[in-house]
Amino acid sequence: MAYSDKVLDHYNNPRNVGSLDKADPAVGTGIVGAPECGDVMKLQIKVNDSTGVIDEAKFKTFGCGSAIASSSLATEWLKGKTVDEALAIKNTDIVNELSLPPVKIHCSVLAEDAIKAAINDYKAKASTSKTAGVEA
Amino acid sequence: MKFPIYLDNHATTPLDPRVLDAMLPYFQDQFGNAASRNHAFGWAAEEAVETGRKQIASLIGANSKEIIITSGATEANNLAIKGVAEMYAERGNHIITAATEHKATLDTCKHLEKRGCRVTFLPVMQDGLIDLDMLREAITGKTILVSIMYANNEIGVIQPVAEIGKLCKERGVLFHCDAVQAVGKIPVNVITDNIDLMSISGHKVYGPKGVGALYVRRRNPRVQLTAQIDGGGHERGMRSGTLNVPGIVGLGKACEIAQKEMAEESVRMAALRDRLKDKFMAALDETFINGSLTHRLPNNLNISFAYVEGESLLMGINDVAVSSGSACTSATLEPSYVLKALGAGDDLAHSSIRFGIGRFNTEEEIDYTAEKVISVVRKLRELSPLYEMVKEGIDLTKVQWTAH
Repeated sequence: MAYSDKVLDHYNNPRNVGSLDKADPAVGTGIVGAPECGDVMKLQIKVNDSTGVIDEAKFKTFGCGSAIASSSLATEWLKGKTVDEALAIKNTDIVNELSLPPVKIHCSVLAEDAIKAAINDYKAKASTSKTAGVEA
Repeated sequence: MKFPIYLDNHATTPLDPRVLDAMLPYFQDQFGNAASRNHAFGWAAEEAVETGRKQIASLIGANSKEIIITSGATEANNLAIKGVAEMYAERGNHIITAATEHKATLDTCKHLEKRGCRVTFLPVMQDGLIDLDMLREAITGKTILVSIMYANNEIGVIQPVAEIGKLCKERGVLFHCDAVQAVGKIPVNVITDNIDLMSISGHKVYGPKGVGALYVRRRNPRVQLTAQIDGGGHERGMRSGTLNVPGIVGLGKACEIAQKEMAEESVRMAALRDRLKDKFMAALDETFINGSLTHRLPNNLNISFAYVEGESLLMGINDVAVSSGSACTSATLEPSYVLKALGAGDDLAHSSIRFGIGRFNTEEEIDYTAEKVISVVRKLRELSPLYEMVKEGIDLTKVQWTAH
C-alpha cells in the first residue's frame, strides 16, 4: 500500500509530539483506542482561560502511520482555534487532507474522537473548578 | 549493499541463479510434453522430469515414484487433505489439525467441515508447539488424518514431527505434514519421521513459483487419494494436467542444491539470526521473541517490540523488506492468528515483525537492519502513549480502554 506524501511527511516529521501536565486545569486530555485494537491516541490541549483559544496541543500515538499522521494533523489544526471551532473538526476533513484510503478511515475517526475526548475533559475540569470556586 | 534489503524469505525466496540456468533450456529447446511417448521431444522432457523427481525425493528420503507434482503447496495441501477425506470416508470422517497451520490447511479443513467432516483444531502452547498428549487424546476411532506442519511460516517453530508420526503410525491414522518452510532448511526424512503425505513448495527453497510437490507414501501403508483435478491421468492418476517441465527441473535443482549445502547454510543462517536477535535484545527493552527459540528454524526471527505498532515500524524501515503480524498489514484487518494462538495477547501481535533470513543475505545487511530497526523503534516509542504510561508505572491491563 502506498502512503500519500502528506501521511509520509507527518510520519517522518510528526508535529507537536509530547505531553502536557494532566493535572493543569487548563489542560484537557483525551485517550482513545485500545492496545489490542492496534491503536491508542493521546491528545492534549491547553486552553487560554481568558480567550477560550487553544494555545497548545500535543499528541502521542501508538498506531499505524495513518494514525500517527491523523493525530499529528489534528494538533496542527487545534492550535489557534477556540474550543467550539475545534469541535467542528470532522474526521472527513482529516481523510481529505491526508488522502486516506478506505481501510484507514478509522484512523481519522479515532483522531476526531480524541479531539472530542480532550475537549470534554477540559470542560469537565473547568466546570468542577468553577463549582469548587463558588463553594469556596 | 543493495537496497531494499530482502528479509522476507518465509514469504518467498529469490531464484538461485544455478536453478535458473538449469531451467532455461526447458522453455525453448527442450519444450516437449513429458507425456508424449512417441518422439524425442517428449523423451527429453520425461527424462528431465524424472531427474527432478529423483532430486526432490532424495532430499526427503523418499522414492521418486512417491512424488506427485502440483502447482504449489496450497494445491498439495488441498490434494492431501481433501483427497484423504474422500478416499477414506468409509473408514471415518475425523481430521485433526492445529490452530497455527497455514490457511491452505485451515481453510481446506473448514471446507470439509461443511461437507460433513469433523475437524479438531488443536491449540498450541505458549511456545507454539502442540501438546502431544492433547493430540493423543484427540485421536478417535473415526480419525482418518492428522495434518500438522513441520515448521511454522510466521514464528518458525518446529513441531515434534517424528513423535507425531510415531503416534499416528501406532494408531493407524494417516499423517500429512506441510513441510514448506522446513524442507531445504533442516533435515526432513519421511521414513524416520513416519510421514505419509508431505507438501513441498518450489519458491520457498530458491526454486521457481508455480511448482510444488506432494509426497504420497507407497508402502507401509500405501496411501491412496481421490484426485481433485481430473483429466489425462497424470501423476499416477492423482493429479492430471500437463507437467510443468521447467518448473520441475527448477524444483529438482533447488532440492539438489539444498541437499548439498543445507548443513553449512543452516549454521550460517542461525549465526545471522542470532546476531540480529542479540543486537535487538541488547539495545531495546520490552522486546519479546514469539515462539520457542530452541525448536525453531535457523533463519526465523519473530519479535515483538512492545508499545510500537508493526505497520508504523515497517513504514520507518522502508528499505528493508520484512512483514508484520499487525492487523494493519493484513487484508482482514485482524492481527496474526498464529501469534494470537500463542496467547500472548493481541497487543504483542500488533507489535510483531517477522524476519526471514535467506541464502543471499549478508552480515552487513543484518547489521544495517538491526541499526535501522533499533532507531525507528526508539523514535516510535518516543511517540507512543503506551510506552510513556508504562514508564510512569501504569499497568496497561488495568486501564479502561475505549475499544473501537
